[in-house]
Amino acid sequence: MGEGTAPRTLFDKIWDSHVVERLPDGTCILYIDRHLVHEVTSPQAFEGLRMAGRRVRRPDATFAVADHNVPTSDRSRGIDEPESRLQVETLERNVAEFGVPYFPLMDARQGIVHIVGPEQGISQPGLTIVCGDSHTSTHGAVGALAFGIGTSEVEHVLATQTLLQKPAKNMLIEVQGRLPFGCTAKDIILAIIGRIGTAGGTGHVIEYAGEAIRDLDMAGRMTVCNMSIEAGARAGLVAPDEKTFAYLKGRPYAPKGEAWERAVAYWKTLPSDPGARYDTTVTLKADEIVPLVTWGTSPEDVVPITGAVPDPDSETTEARRAAKRRMLEYMGLTPGTRMQDIRVDVVFIGSCTNGRIEDLRAAAAVAKGRKVAEGVRAMVVPGSGLVKRQAEDEGLDRIFREAGFEWREAGCSMCLGMNPDQLRPGQRCASTSNRNFEGRQGPGGRTHLMSPAMAAAAAVTGRLADVRQLVAH
Amino acid sequence: MQPFTTLTGIAAPLPIPNVDTDKIIPARFLKTIKRSGLGRNLFDAMRYLPDGSENPDFILNREPYRRAEILVAGPNFGCGSSREHAPWALLDFGIRCVIAPDFADIFYNNCFKNGILPIKLPQEICDALMEDARLGANARLTVDLERQVVVRPNGEEIRFEIDPFRRHCLLNGLDDIGQTMAHAAKIDAYEAKRRAAEPWLFA
Ligand code: SF4
Repeated sequence: MGEGTAPRTLFDKIWDSHVVERLPDGTCILYIDRHLVHEVTSPQAFEGLRMAGRRVRRPDATFAVADHNVPTSDRSRGIDEPESRLQVETLERNVAEFGVPYFPLMDARQGIVHIVGPEQGISQPGLTIVCGDSHTSTHGAVGALAFGIGTSEVEHVLATQTLLQKPAKNMLIEVQGRLPFGCTAKDIILAIIGRIGTAGGTGHVIEYAGEAIRDLDMAGRMTVCNMSIEAGARAGLVAPDEKTFAYLKGRPYAPKGEAWERAVAYWKTLPSDPGARYDTTVTLKADEIVPLVTWGTSPEDVVPITGAVPDPDSETTEARRAAKRRMLEYMGLTPGTRMQDIRVDVVFIGSCTNGRIEDLRAAAAVAKGRKVAEGVRAMVVPGSGLVKRQAEDEGLDRIFREAGFEWREAGCSMCLGMNPDQLRPGQRCASTSNRNFEGRQGPGGRTHLMSPAMAAAAAVTGRLADVRQLVAH
Repeated sequence: MQPFTTLTGIAAPLPIPNVDTDKIIPARFLKTIKRSGLGRNLFDAMRYLPDGSENPDFILNREPYRRAEILVAGPNFGCGSSREHAPWALLDFGIRCVIAPDFADIFYNNCFKNGILPIKLPQEICDALMEDARLGANARLTVDLERQVVVRPNGEEIRFEIDPFRRHCLLNGLDDIGQTMAHAAKIDAYEAKRRAAEPWLFA
């Protein structure tokens, strides 16, 4: 805290240090340190630059990778689906023309943009990071201000390395105490969304704090920050600490040598000052969290795995009752059904929420020595080629394969089904992704969100299952 | 961005409330790499029959409205997702101005980013303009942004309000990028400061 300045939050500090200019109406020109680009939301932005005769202001601060559309089967012969192929080829043409660093499809560094950024050390504390994708909030786990933007804004950043923004409000979510056995970062964020609702964070940037957050490894913090957007917030962040520094040290794009020392010294000044003011504060007790699953078509529809499908009649207004009834109809569920009696057809382990090595280890621990249940299709999609390689080095692929899981190439895959990995109408999926919207994983598909260990438990039992009954304490 | 000064053209009536961005351009057309070319699928579900042929009842499939440059629409136009494909599809079809009692926020903002003028006018006035738009070959309105008036076919002038900064940008064809680039010296100075303090962030 500088002399005479009021105590500031982590968000305030990052914001203040990136304001280039404050315009009369309060809008700020905000400097952007890192810009991540993927194939779906960037083509029109590059086209705009080309038509206006503009260049990319800072190719060295821009990184591109294809993830949303890419097939997760063998792709040495390219992409079959013509529109997906065109989007990827267009990205490749654009990065070549504008000189933007790119991790090609056959490069081990290719993967989901939000897995790749931290993995490469591109995402660092105190930075502003944007991407034309709402789950950019993931990168907040390293103590950065990271948020998703639209295509015009992608073009704006490419051209000017800035954005026009108004400051957000500060929200503190403190998760006190220790997480019980069988619970993970995914259960924390599902519990938070269940508590504050999908609009609970609207207009805010959420800072996650408390013992349970501090206890999480970096992968877990990324899982939590990833789903900030499902809580309505544009960004979520965690104060950088020794775990953050240890995670980043030695990564390809992290500072080295003397620069590293200087960077760490700066990063240590970032955590919120004592007495900093938050517009909204929410407190959760970690020891009350249990393994959670979703039952409906909004991420706030969470229920303990030991619970049952809720009754719409218990809602307070007719509009809400009608909405819940529609959801149950779409999900093919009846009130009162025990969650553990719900059978699944597909299990999807992957996505930017839970596609990191730690997630695969947790799933493999459950899958080990077991078999995927009869009639269930279970797939594991590593978040990046490097995650895949690491998992293979650790023998996780063998555990999954022997259990009957598909072991696939890195990408977004069945998180949104833009590639061939889609649910068929009526299929029910235990998924480690972040959105259970109608049709998200394929038209008519039914999604239950949960942690990787819980998804693996569903795979081997053929129904939604309590992981605590499958693994030793 | 193309400047918007005055526009005289055919106005098409679309008296439907809550036209959402999915109606303007359905999600399956987002797998494109262009802003252009979306005009063909503008209002796709209303405009084409299940067999892919044109629905002869839909206004934009009829003369002279195939050449419409102005849309007179119902309340809450452009609600739903934030996709910029919605204004892109309108623009690609040839619509440069939408007149409605009110608009969804994000759509309204997205219009300005793409050189489209959205005009909010009270319901009664929209009703009158809707009648004008039904005049077929005579459904010509003039929109004068400089003077902030819509001129009806009978010569009557209707004043509309617009944020002065946005008006300035549209009149001069200034997009956000152009605006920000006017502060280039500030960005340069900021960047130089950061480069000195954190050189490892710069290649
Ligand atoms: S994994 Fe899913 S949520 Fe993450 S970037 Fe890909 S599509 Fe979006």
